[in-house]
Amino acid sequence: MILTEDSIAKIKAKAVRYPRKKSAILPAWTVAYRQIGHVDEAIYKEISKVIGVPMVEIAEAATFYTMFPKKPRGKYLLQVCNNISCALRGSDSMITHLENKLDIKLGETTDDNQFSLIAVECLGACATAPMVQVNMEYHENLDATKLDKLIDDLKAKKD
Amino acid sequence: MHYSPVITNADIAAKDENLHLFQYVEDSKQCEIDTFVSRGGYKAWKKVLEGISREDLINTVKASGLRGRGGAGFPTGLKWSFVPKDSPKARYMVCNADESEPGTCKDRVLMERDPHAIIEGMAIGAYAIGCHLMFIYIRGEFDHCIDKMEAAMEEAYAKGHLGKNVYGSGYDLDMIVHTGGGAYICGEETALLNSIEGERGQSRMRPPFPAIEGLYASPTIVNNVESLAAVPHIINRGAEWYASIGTEKSKGSKLFSLSGHVNRPGNFEVPLGFNLKDMIYNPDYGGGMLGDVPLKGVIPGGASTPFLLPDMIDVALDYESLQEKDSMLGSGAIIVFNENTCIVWILKKLIHFFRHESCGKCTPCREGTAWLEQMINRIEAGQGEAGDLEKMEEVCGNILGRTICPLGDAAVMPIQSALRLYRDEWQYHIDHKKCMVKSNFEFK
Repeated sequence: MILTEDSIAKIKAKAVRYPRKKSAILPAWTVAYRQIGHVDEAIYKEISKVIGVPMVEIAEAATFYTMFPKKPRGKYLLQVCNNISCALRGSDSMITHLENKLDIKLGETTDDNQFSLIAVECLGACATAPMVQVNMEYHENLDATKLDKLIDDLKAKKD
Repeated sequence: MHYSPVITNADIAAKDENLHLFQYVEDSKQCEIDTFVSRGGYKAWKKVLEGISREDLINTVKASGLRGRGGAGFPTGLKWSFVPKDSPKARYMVCNADESEPGTCKDRVLMERDPHAIIEGMAIGAYAIGCHLMFIYIRGEFDHCIDKMEAAMEEAYAKGHLGKNVYGSGYDLDMIVHTGGGAYICGEETALLNSIEGERGQSRMRPPFPAIEGLYASPTIVNNVESLAAVPHIINRGAEWYASIGTEKSKGSKLFSLSGHVNRPGNFEVPLGFNLKDMIYNPDYGGGMLGDVPLKGVIPGGASTPFLLPDMIDVALDYESLQEKDSMLGSGAIIVFNENTCIVWILKKLIHFFRHESCGKCTPCREGTAWLEQMINRIEAGQGEAGDLEKMEEVCGNILGRTICPLGDAAVMPIQSALRLYRDEWQYHIDHKKCMVKSNFEFK
């Protein structure tokens, strides 16, 4: 199993509260994503066993939702909101800044597998634009100094 | 835990007895149940269970004039009254916290900073329709809000505000925090219900309406976070008090998310009818235009609402006044842009969003938004041709009103409005193969 016992317990605890088993699909993905950083077919299979919903129903729903990466990404997934409110505050230039700093293009991952860079739709941080979501965490009201520090801190982080 | 650094007008709200949603949002202790209760929290819920009939409760909310704050503005009490009284099925109350209309970031603040206010409003709404299992559907990206709401829910259970036999009244009420997966369409109520059922988040044909056949084919009410958070105050202070705030037809206070080219972007609670110009220029709110670059336009109610030109902004922020200007109050997301912004570039951002978020069920929306994106991208890239604008108008006309849910209309309305209000600039873009002004917003 890829899911840890802790994740399985969390999924089960959520699943039992719903009147119907299938409702636990999205919450189960959320738990899996928090643990693993992506949700792929191997995980659908495990979730299928844990919540007792056929694999095909999980896969059917999965192709609809875009939030959970379906294959492994870099350790830090940088999701830059590039919708209107952020774009008015410079998110296009922020993406260029990150491309230069990490020496990758939008949609790519650094060679050392540390950073992936993507643009995403509105993340509801419109009045604190521009922003980037690193894995699940929001970083808002960014300027070049704060963003550089954020990236440098992540680079220096050992665990 | 993450706490949004957004600016609010909590200081003003704390002093103004008519403002009630943002009163305590700058106090981090407000999340804790003891603090919440010490400030009168869960008092309305208790009062309801101690002897307000469902009918009286619904009538009170109707009389208050509260209308849905998610965008559509439908009267909340009236919506509740649509649940059949004699249905033998379970009933469900669902709080819509899928906040994702570009420009909107208000519900997030309530979830982060006053989660119990939402739970209390949900509980009262649940009781009003005879529901014993209520849901809050939070967009998946709001990880910190999910944690906050779950923690608050556990506290509410532990202190007896939720669970079996609440306050000894014999009423049972359970709650589930449900999480989304990155789909704007799930903010549309029927798509949201499909999503809770573990299906693809596609809209359902109406009728039947959710109040008759919603979640698990049972009577269901879906209300926005902000609408529900207002309910306990209406119970505590009375429908008359609530109806005295705002304008004759738009009652109560409303949260506005102000973003874009202003000095102080933020979330502000004001009575409905507050002046938009004040919202942008008053030092207590927007604080004027960023870098004093003159205003070019405003999107007043989220990405799907029609534009306002600078000479149209002396307008009251309420449902009727904005409608008179051919726009909408929507979710209250005011997006401000200055003269250095290319209108075609704005529409390129907006249509990209709607094309991406179209669920694909209805052909006009699925294909139409893709065609519109191609055309706008072409014009933006300096490859526009004579007849493009008329073709766009034709495509818009073939989407509007021809889809199951309002996403198609939402995609079309800002385009139609931009083509009407900024016609010269579109034409310039096509004729000169370039922007009239280049949107080049620095990041430094």
